[in-house]
Amino acid sequence: MTDWPILSLITFLPLVGVFFLLMIRGEDEASLGNIRHVALWTTVVTFVVSLVLWAKFDFDNPGFQFVEQAEWLGGSVTYKMGVDGISTPFIILTAFLMPFCILASWRSIMVRVREYMIAFLVLETLMIGVFCALDLVLFYLFFEGGLIPMFLIIGIWGGKRRVYASFKFFLYTLLGSLLMLVGILAMYGTAGTTDIQALLAYKFPAGMQTWLWLGFFASFAVKMPMWPVHTWLPDAHVEAPTAGSVILAGILLKMGGYGFLRFSLPMFPLASEYFAPFVFTLSIVAIIYTSLVALMQEDVKKLIAYSSVAHMGFVTMGIFAMNPQGVQGAVFQMVSHGIVSGALFLCVGVVYDRMHTREIAAFGGLVNRMPWYAAVFMVFTMANVGLPGTSGFVGEFLTLIGAFKANTWVAFFATTGVILSAGYALWLYRKVIFGEMTKPALEGIPDLNRREVAILAPLVILTVLFGVWPAPVLDMSAASVDGILNQTQAAIEAAGKTAEAVGR
Amino acid sequence: MDASLPHFALALPEISLAVGSLVLIVLGAVLGDRATSLINGLALALIALATALVIGAPVTTEPTFGGGFTADAFARFMKVLAYVSAFAALALSFDYMKRENFARYEYAILVVLSTLGMSLMVSASDLISLYLGLELQSLALYVIAAIHRDDIRSTEAGLKYFVLGALSSGMLLYGASLIYGTTGAVAFADIAETLKDGETSLGLVFGIVFLLAGFAFKISAVPFHMWTPDVYEGAPTPITAFFASATKVAGVAMFVRAVSEALPGVVTEWRQVVVFVAIASMALGSFAAIGQKNLKRLMAYSSIGHMGYVLVGLAAGTPEGVRGVAIYAAIYVAMTLGAFACILSMRVGDRYVESIDDLAGLSRTKPAMAFVLAMILFSLAGIPPLAGFFAKFYVFYAAVNAGLTTLAVIGFVLSVVGAFYYLRIVKIIYFDEPTVEFAPMTPAAKAVLTIAGGFTILYFVYPAPLTMAATAAAQSLF
Repeated sequence: MTDWPILSLITFLPLVGVFFLLMIRGEDEASLGNIRHVALWTTVVTFVVSLVLWAKFDFDNPGFQFVEQAEWLGGSVTYKMGVDGISTPFIILTAFLMPFCILASWRSIMVRVREYMIAFLVLETLMIGVFCALDLVLFYLFFEGGLIPMFLIIGIWGGKRRVYASFKFFLYTLLGSLLMLVGILAMYGTAGTTDIQALLAYKFPAGMQTWLWLGFFASFAVKMPMWPVHTWLPDAHVEAPTAGSVILAGILLKMGGYGFLRFSLPMFPLASEYFAPFVFTLSIVAIIYTSLVALMQEDVKKLIAYSSVAHMGFVTMGIFAMNPQGVQGAVFQMVSHGIVSGALFLCVGVVYDRMHTREIAAFGGLVNRMPWYAAVFMVFTMANVGLPGTSGFVGEFLTLIGAFKANTWVAFFATTGVILSAGYALWLYRKVIFGEMTKPALEGIPDLNRREVAILAPLVILTVLFGVWPAPVLDMSAASVDGILNQTQAAIEAAGKTAEAVGR
Repeated sequence: MDASLPHFALALPEISLAVGSLVLIVLGAVLGDRATSLINGLALALIALATALVIGAPVTTEPTFGGGFTADAFARFMKVLAYVSAFAALALSFDYMKRENFARYEYAILVVLSTLGMSLMVSASDLISLYLGLELQSLALYVIAAIHRDDIRSTEAGLKYFVLGALSSGMLLYGASLIYGTTGAVAFADIAETLKDGETSLGLVFGIVFLLAGFAFKISAVPFHMWTPDVYEGAPTPITAFFASATKVAGVAMFVRAVSEALPGVVTEWRQVVVFVAIASMALGSFAAIGQKNLKRLMAYSSIGHMGYVLVGLAAGTPEGVRGVAIYAAIYVAMTLGAFACILSMRVGDRYVESIDDLAGLSRTKPAMAFVLAMILFSLAGIPPLAGFFAKFYVFYAAVNAGLTTLAVIGFVLSVVGAFYYLRIVKIIYFDEPTVEFAPMTPAAKAVLTIAGGFTILYFVYPAPLTMAATAAAQSLF
């Protein structure tokens, strides 16, 4: 089994499902059922294989594991895959969330089911590929290829303003990514290779690092999304179907953070240090400003979308604190946010399927009719707030420690964001769940059915589990995070010495 | 220049095309329009034969025919592209001509003749043979554009194309004569030898600018693009497909060979012109296409934009740049032919439609065609993993490597603008509700769409052969 190309297997398994889906013809209820089952089993099998990856993963190795390489574009651009402690959690997270997305679409997607499932499976391949790729061009291919299925998912199965949202999502991300592509081309030209392992060892001149950093920043900041280029996210979230929102919040946003960790920090350490105050500023603005904006929302999904932007602010802050607590906290925060925000969107999907509205004002007093739903929603709300004992706390706490060590003021302002997040999340919970049940439309609303319990229960368990026992994620990423930080610090110190020597 | 016998074997594809077309003319003159189907079939076979010959023929960078003809790897690459696109465009046209009642035997022969002209343009290694090839191609094209003579738009397109084409040929000739006047040579190698010190004179600069203006005209680059939308819209659709694919390839090949073989010593003189033309073409192609309602007109602006991207590679002035141009040309041909195969399949009853809104809801009525067309559109926008991304990747890589980073950034930003109008079509195909249902596709359109679409979608799986061929092609020029 050791020579088995497990990364390629995980990446391309969903395409096997696509192949089977193309075989199924017909629009009747039986074939629709087959389509759903094929998609579900494909994602489940992919998840099981990703668990094998976890089991075989060597926690003490800071470098890349399971490396595969093959000829591809000719010349030095090759098909190279490999993972380390930073990418593996995201691969498992992606594979973990996909079955829930398929299940969440079980009854809510009734038109063009086959195309929908194909789009999701293709998207899964591309997302896992992003985290596996060890070649810049290959990385870019997966990174940007994901735009096509996501564009179609928002545009075909989305809400009222789906066309606007899908265009905005596509063009925003494309513009950012193309600026990164210029950076990639320049790196290829300078270093003569696009092999990420080789580029990690290559030392780019300080002046060039600044420009490359900005190019990559343009892409990852949009993807993240950081203030002020976050405006596509609320639109995309609101209009996307439930499963699309889950994937957007759960995985696609993480690509930005992953990119910062994989490229910006270790490859452009000097520029990263130079721009760290800039990133801190944007992060704090994101945390405070978008939390305030979230307070004013009337749409449940939009509120959660803005809270995502705020939470991603913690991630960027943690990454650019450039110390083990900050970076590990950022990784953990991303994984936790992937689970929690995904779960929140699933919760919104539950009531949307029943009432076909997401207006906060349309709800109230749901606890009277849906006690189980109220309990589940509360767990995720608390995790979103960052209550100790939930996974949200660990990430926020670690990133705050990291920020505190780097800059006290940053930590101070970021902490106010924690308070604000409690404000909007509890306000949302009160409006939707508590109060008198005055709306006649809500009278007959049923509680969670078995399928919904099956979707939400594992997420509740994980949220609480990671809250009290975060070791699985932290242990996995520890060695790689230390590796990256040592390299970054060494480069910064070396540059400092040269500057001193010149100054003397 | 020696007076020995030229190396005929190198020109075997051209010779077979020339002889074959003459035989077909005689056949047509004797049998008349009854023989249209026969001549069509023979013309296809002739182009296929020429393709086989060009693949099998020897390549050498040594010019023959008194220095006027070079059959090197670059020529082979571009000729295969031109022949393949001529073949596909011709195959697409038969059904269309029958339905529109202008099936005439001259048509296929004219396509063969203009293909011969392209072949000569691609191989031309002096200014005179270049002009001869260009004129042979253009004269045949003027007639083809107006071949649907009962249709007012077609005749108008033919006339416009003729007047403006003749003007551009004149400019090109004027530029060529100025270059001859200042350097005293017509063969590219001799011109390069004279200019290798990089010394320039006013006459030479004027000559280069006029020459480049003529080239820009032929590949419809801004500011010499004005004829393109009208001619594309007016000419019968399969002929537009021919214009958009084969003639563009030949024009680009001629452009690339002339500047890299004759003018490498004075790179700085022509690079700024090429950079300007590239930026202007990309910008106009992106912005002007946004408002279009007619698909053929949109494809015209799209092709203007794509020529801008091709010129980005040329502006680099390096082997990598030429490699990028060659790869871009190949992928562009595939995407264009695929798109036109779809446009030719937009038939409601007996009537051909060409408005973008007619595509509404195509994903419901014809899911397979809709999918392939959408992928081609994404590819035209340059989204990975489709072929169009790699086309842009190589030209911009060459540009960045040659220090033209600003040009690359401008190009990428403009390609986002371009992505908008391709997305608009995808939106109409996938997000809107169907209004009309198209008739079934013809076998020829199906075949072209399958091959072109398959190439566009699956190129990333095994890209190495094309890269290698293009690398070899580029090296033969340097």
